[in-house]
Amino acid sequence: MTELPIWDENETLEFVSLVAGQQSFCIEITQIREIRRWTPVTSLPYAEASVLGVMNLRGAVIPIMDLAVKLGLPSSEPSERDVVIVVSVNSRTIGLLVESVAEIVTVKGGDIRETPAIARGEGTKSIIGLVSLDEDMSRVLDLSQLLPAQVEEVA
Amino acid sequence: MSSDSLKATFFAECEDLLDALSAGLGAMADGSADGETVNAIFRAVHSIKGAAGAFALTDLVGFAHKFETVLDLIRSDTLTVDADVLRVITRSGDVLADLVEAAQTESGEIPEAMDALVQSLVTIAQDAVPAAGAAATMDFAPLAFVPLDIGPISVPSSRFAIAFRPERGLFDNGHEPLHLIDALRALGDLKVECDVSAVPPLDQFDPENSYLSWTMELVGPVSEGEVRRIFDFVLGLCDLKIDRLDDASVEDDLPLAEAGQEEATAIGEPAMTGEDRGQGLAPDAPASGKQPRAASAVAAAPPTTLRVDPERVDRLINTVGELIINQAVIAQKMRAMGIPPNAEVIGDLDDYRYLAREIQEGVMAIRAQPVKPLFQRMARIVREAGEATGKTVALVTEGEGTEVDKTLVERLADPLTHMIRNAVDHGIETPEKRLAAGKSATGTVKLSAAHRSGHVEIVITDDGAGLNRERILATAQRKGLVPPDAKLSEAEIDNLLFMPGFSTASTVTNLSGRGVGMDVVKTTITSLGGRVTISSQPGQGSVFTILLPLTLAVLDGMVVTVASETMVLPLSSIVETIRAKPSDFAPIGPNGMLMSVRGSHVPVLSLGGVLGLSDHDFDCERAVFVLIQTDSSEPVALAVDHITDQRQVVIKSLEGNYGSIPGVSAATILGDGKIALIVDTEAVLKMAAPKRSNLHALALETSHDRIAHLG
Repeated sequence: MTELPIWDENETLEFVSLVAGQQSFCIEITQIREIRRWTPVTSLPYAEASVLGVMNLRGAVIPIMDLAVKLGLPSSEPSERDVVIVVSVNSRTIGLLVESVAEIVTVKGGDIRETPAIARGEGTKSIIGLVSLDEDMSRVLDLSQLLPAQVEEVA
Repeated sequence: MSSDSLKATFFAECEDLLDALSAGLGAMADGSADGETVNAIFRAVHSIKGAAGAFALTDLVGFAHKFETVLDLIRSDTLTVDADVLRVITRSGDVLADLVEAAQTESGEIPEAMDALVQSLVTIAQDAVPAAGAAATMDFAPLAFVPLDIGPISVPSSRFAIAFRPERGLFDNGHEPLHLIDALRALGDLKVECDVSAVPPLDQFDPENSYLSWTMELVGPVSEGEVRRIFDFVLGLCDLKIDRLDDASVEDDLPLAEAGQEEATAIGEPAMTGEDRGQGLAPDAPASGKQPRAASAVAAAPPTTLRVDPERVDRLINTVGELIINQAVIAQKMRAMGIPPNAEVIGDLDDYRYLAREIQEGVMAIRAQPVKPLFQRMARIVREAGEATGKTVALVTEGEGTEVDKTLVERLADPLTHMIRNAVDHGIETPEKRLAAGKSATGTVKLSAAHRSGHVEIVITDDGAGLNRERILATAQRKGLVPPDAKLSEAEIDNLLFMPGFSTASTVTNLSGRGVGMDVVKTTITSLGGRVTISSQPGQGSVFTILLPLTLAVLDGMVVTVASETMVLPLSSIVETIRAKPSDFAPIGPNGMLMSVRGSHVPVLSLGGVLGLSDHDFDCERAVFVLIQTDSSEPVALAVDHITDQRQVVIKSLEGNYGSIPGVSAATILGDGKIALIVDTEAVLKMAAPKRSNLHALALETSHDRIAHLG
C-alpha cells in the first residue's frame, strides 16, 4: 500500500507524458533534467534486469534503466528511436529508457485521481495517481518510490 | 554573512591556528624553538580566544585566557621553560584543540584533563611572578572576556621621544599626520615641534610631496606599545622613531624596520601589550627580550594562502578530465579522417594535449597537501597514548613536506591514529622493561613520508619489542582463524594481524580496541588504492609500511576488451601480460585451469566469466592473459580478449548514481566518449575464490606477496 500524496486541489502541476511498455505514464516535470536520444550503453555486470548499463552524460556516468522492465511490463530491444529521460531523484541522476515522449500535460491537483485500490500491487506501487488525457488516461509515476535512495545490493 | 557561515570560517581558521600551535609546541619540544616560536604560539592562542569570545564560547575563552597568560610569561622571559612547563603547555594545546572540537560539534563536552591543567597553569603563572602575584591571580578571574578593561594597576608615567617624518606615500594613501598627532595628544602631555627645514623654494616645490617632519615628546601613563599602535596604519609610509626616555634598559635607536614588522605581524598582539606590561612584567622592564624576537618574525611570516571550497576544485578536476578526453576524441576523429600524422594540425593538437596535461597537473597540485598537519595530529596521539599507558614515547617525523591528495590526508587520519596507538600501546615497552633490555627508557615512534616512484610511502617504525608472534598465532588459533596445526611462516603470522576478528590485546585497553581493528586499517588503505605491509624484528621493533597512490582522481590502467566490453585493469595489480601456448595449460578439477608461467602454475580465470558477462570458458589460443597479483592473493592469470591500450584514466565513481557493483571499483570515460568499467582486481579474485579456498588457503592469502612489496 502506498501513501497517496495529497495534491493541492488548486495547484497547477506539469507532467511530461511518455510511453513505456505501450502504456502511458507521466512524470512531474520538475524531476526531469533533460531528454536525450538513446545511444548504446556500457553494460554492468551483475545488474538487475531493468538496468541496461551506464552512459556518458557530459562526463558524468549515469545508469540507464528500462522503465518498462522496471515496471514489470514487456520490453523490446532498445533502438535508435527510443528516448532517455534523465531524471534527478533522491540526489541521484538516472536515465530512464522509454519508447517515446508525448507531450507536456498541465493538470490541476484536484484532477488527479487516486489509483484504484484493486489495481495496486507490487508492480504498480509506484503509480500514485491517474490523469485523464482527452480519451485516454495516463499513470502518474512517483520516482522516489520507483528508484529508492539506495539501490539494493545487487550481489 | 550568516552567523553559521561566520562560525564555519571561525572553525576553519581555528584549524589553521591549532596547526600553527602544534607546530610551535613541537618546535619547543625538540629544542628548535626561537623567540618567534613563542610569539607564534601566543598569537595562535590569542586569536582563538578573541574569535571564540565573539561566539560566546565560554569554556574555550576561559581556558585560552589562562593558557595565554602562561605563554605571555614565557614570551616575556619571566618564566623559563623546563620539562614540567613544557608538558603542561603541550597538554594545554591538546585540550584547547578538544575544546574547539567540542564547540564545533556543540557537544558541550569538557575534556577530562582540563581542570587539572587549569590548576597547573594557574600555579605556573603564580610561581613565575611572585611579585606581581596578586595581579596575576586577578588575571584568572572570569573578567577575561573584556581583557582590555582590566588594569587597575597604575602604570607610572613614561616619557617618549617620537620622531616622525611622513613619506609621500602616507599622503597618497589618504592619511593625515594631524590625526596621528591628535591621537598622541589623547595619551598624555604632548610637546610637538615641526621641522620645516626641508621645504624647498617655491619653484622646486612639489605640492604632492612631503617635506615636513615632527619631533614630539610625550609624557603619560602609557606603554610603548600603545604609542606604536597609533602609527599602525602608517607603518612603512613614514620614518618613525620612538624612544623611551626614562628607561635605560631599552635599546637605543630601535631600528624602524623591526618595530614596524613586529606590529604588523603580531596580529591581535597590540591589544594585549599594554595590559601585559602592566601585569605580567615589572614596569621598568617593558620591552627587554621582546624586540629582538621581532626580527625573526619577518622570516617566519606565513605565506598567504587561498581558502577554496574543495568542491570547486573537484569540479575543475572533472572539467579538466573532460578536456583531456575531448582532446582524445578529436585526435581519434582526425585520424579517422585520414589526416597524415605530420600535418600541421596534428602538431597543434599535440600542443593542445600538452597544455591540457599541464592544466591537469596544476589542478591536481591544488588538491595536494603536505602531510604535516596529519603528522602533527599524530604527535598528540603519541602523547595521549604514552600518558595513558605510563610509557615515555617520543615521536620523530620525517618528510612532513611530502604532498599528497587532500582526500588521502583526510582518509588516512583514522588508520594512522590507530596504527600509532597500536605502536605505543602494543609495540613500545614500559620504561622498566626497556631499561632491562638495554634500551633508553624513552621509546621512539618514527613516522615518515616520502614519494616513491609515483606512490606515497608512509612508514611507521617503533623501537619496541616487536610482534609477539607466539601470542599472535595462539590468538588466531584460539579464534579459529587458522587451523590449530597450521605451520605458518613468520611473515604469515605477522599478516594475521590484518585478519578480521583479530585483536591481540587480551584486555581491551582504553587505547586500542576502540572498535577499529587492524583489518579496518587495511580495508581503509586498500579502499584508497594502497597497501600496507609489516615487518618486525623481535626486540627491535616493528615497521608498518603504507604505500598509496599519489591521487585518487586518476589511475594508470590497461585497457582491455572482455566479451565485447571495454574494461580497465589497474596497472598497480598487473605483474605481466602473457600470450600462452596450448601446451602451457593443464586442467585441474572439473572447471579449473592452470597455466604454467616460467615453471610455476597459476590458476586462470576468465574475467568475463567472473563478471558474468560471458561463460567461464576461454580460448587458450586467442585470449591474452594478464597476470595479476593483489595484496591478499597469490598470482592469478585473467583471460581477456584483447589488450588495447595502456593509459591514465580519470576515475568516475559509480556509487553516487548507481551503487556498488561486484568486481567493479569505478568507471572511466575513454577517448571515444564511451564508458569503460574499472575492474576491482581484489574483488574479482575474491569473487572467484570460494571455489578454491579453505581456511588454510585464507591464511596463505595473506602471505609472501605482501612481504615482496616491502622492499
